[in-house]
Amino acid sequence: MNERSVDVAVIGGGPAGLSAALSAKKNGVDVLLIERNESLGGILNQCIHEGFGIELFKEALTGPEYMQRFIDEVENLKIPYMLNSMVLSVNDKRLIVCSPQGFLRVKAKSVVLAMGCRERTRGNICVPGDRPAGIYTAGCAQNLINLRNYMVGRKVVILGSGDIGLIMARRLTLEGASVLAVIEILPYSSGLSRNIVQCLEDYNIPLYLSHTVVDIKGERRVESITIAQVDEQWNPIPGTEKRMECDTLLLSVGLIPENELSRQAGIELHPVTAGAVVDEYLQTSVPGIFASGNVLHVHDVVDWVTLESELAGKSAAEYAKGVSFPESKISVIPGDGVRYVLPQRISGEKDVTLSLRVFCPGRDKKIIVKDGGKVVKKILKTRAVPSEMIRLSLKSKDLGGIKELRVEVE
Amino acid sequence: MKKKFVCIICPNGCEIEVEYEGDKIVEIYGNLCDQGMEYVRGELFSPERGLTSLISVRNGVLPLVSVKTSKPIPKDRIFDVMDAIADIEVDAPIKIGDVVLKNILKTGADIMATKNVDRRG
Repeated sequence: MNERSVDVAVIGGGPAGLSAALSAKKNGVDVLLIERNESLGGILNQCIHEGFGIELFKEALTGPEYMQRFIDEVENLKIPYMLNSMVLSVNDKRLIVCSPQGFLRVKAKSVVLAMGCRERTRGNICVPGDRPAGIYTAGCAQNLINLRNYMVGRKVVILGSGDIGLIMARRLTLEGASVLAVIEILPYSSGLSRNIVQCLEDYNIPLYLSHTVVDIKGERRVESITIAQVDEQWNPIPGTEKRMECDTLLLSVGLIPENELSRQAGIELHPVTAGAVVDEYLQTSVPGIFASGNVLHVHDVVDWVTLESELAGKSAAEYAKGVSFPESKISVIPGDGVRYVLPQRISGEKDVTLSLRVFCPGRDKKIIVKDGGKVVKKILKTRAVPSEMIRLSLKSKDLGGIKELRVEVE
Repeated sequence: MKKKFVCIICPNGCEIEVEYEGDKIVEIYGNLCDQGMEYVRGELFSPERGLTSLISVRNGVLPLVSVKTSKPIPKDRIFDVMDAIADIEVDAPIKIGDVVLKNILKTGADIMATKNVDRRG
């Protein structure tokens, strides 16, 4: 088997991998970027809508425009990348890659995991009924329409009101399909308000909150689905069923970080984020392996993926150069109203940005960071919703002598 | 007339209630800043949207190139523009920023490529 040594190996060439590779390179080390698909850019290739880069570039770019800025920089800095190449195993910092040139063993000094996430499927959420053709995950439909020029259906129902589902409701309508409804099991939408307005309301597409799909009928192709209202425990309420004739069902029911390689490498994963447990350098439980982007926790805005991955790339470069990091002794724990907070441990010796999500939507909420009874930081959010990640920065001068940080919503 | 809006200008997402007569706002509540008022004014009297879509490519590594309007167009012209670009084909290679169609349906907006599509082979 061919062998290749490199300072930093980056697994995944989407927005996280591109940013991590650039940042590592700019910190003076050799980088190898490994991408499974036939081109760099990841999911942004198919996200042709606008809204990317508002935080970073103060412009609402389309996905392909956003990714190209980073791909151009990778080309300019001559960062080597492999396409159509899949990492089959990660053992400490040694990778086995399956590439068009054959198998390759990569020996790296440090690794950035940037594999992204994948969509939850019908199997993940156990939708009962027949198993005809015409049931797609929303991202799969987006790929077929936007990259391959295949239309997926004519009369469509979408389950899940996450952003991909909303974006696809508009795309399908513009392409001539009739979108009968978007169905959401929660009592609120999990998408950005902008998308509710511009993807549903603009086209008079009804949104059924606290509803789910309870049956699918169809012999060869989907012929109808049945929806029903759900109670607070998400159980369908008998008597509320409503049948909709359609030929297609799209599922936009959440994303799962793609951590098979991390698991195999023995990296500790977090039960809530389904990504690695990391310190403030985004280093996982295996020294020298870092993680960022959607493989670490599912983001709603790509700009934060880029910024997070800059940190992972920089840390990986420093590790490869032999820089030692201070011990992360302080645990960061989600308290009341907080679903998760990341990084899960910090040293307290440098400034750090926490990323967190709340459980429930609310207005005029305080996000409070506490050390026991002492308030370390408090921010006011006019609007806090589970679908929008909150970022909060802490100064090292406020973190002296702390054992445990708890982040709460009040 | 009364109408409700959720402002989409910033993450605060103000829930705004507005009372209007003809093309004048009489009363407005719920907006934390003036941008909310401007948003509502636009939505009420001259709603515009940026449109993104796809155009067929001949001899490209991909069958389609993604495109956008160079500036927002009136909301009620979206389907007209979709019809007008439906049968257009361009030749690869095509680059981000290339103008595919100028001043589409006299809206003042150009249809611009948002992706690089190389020539096949």
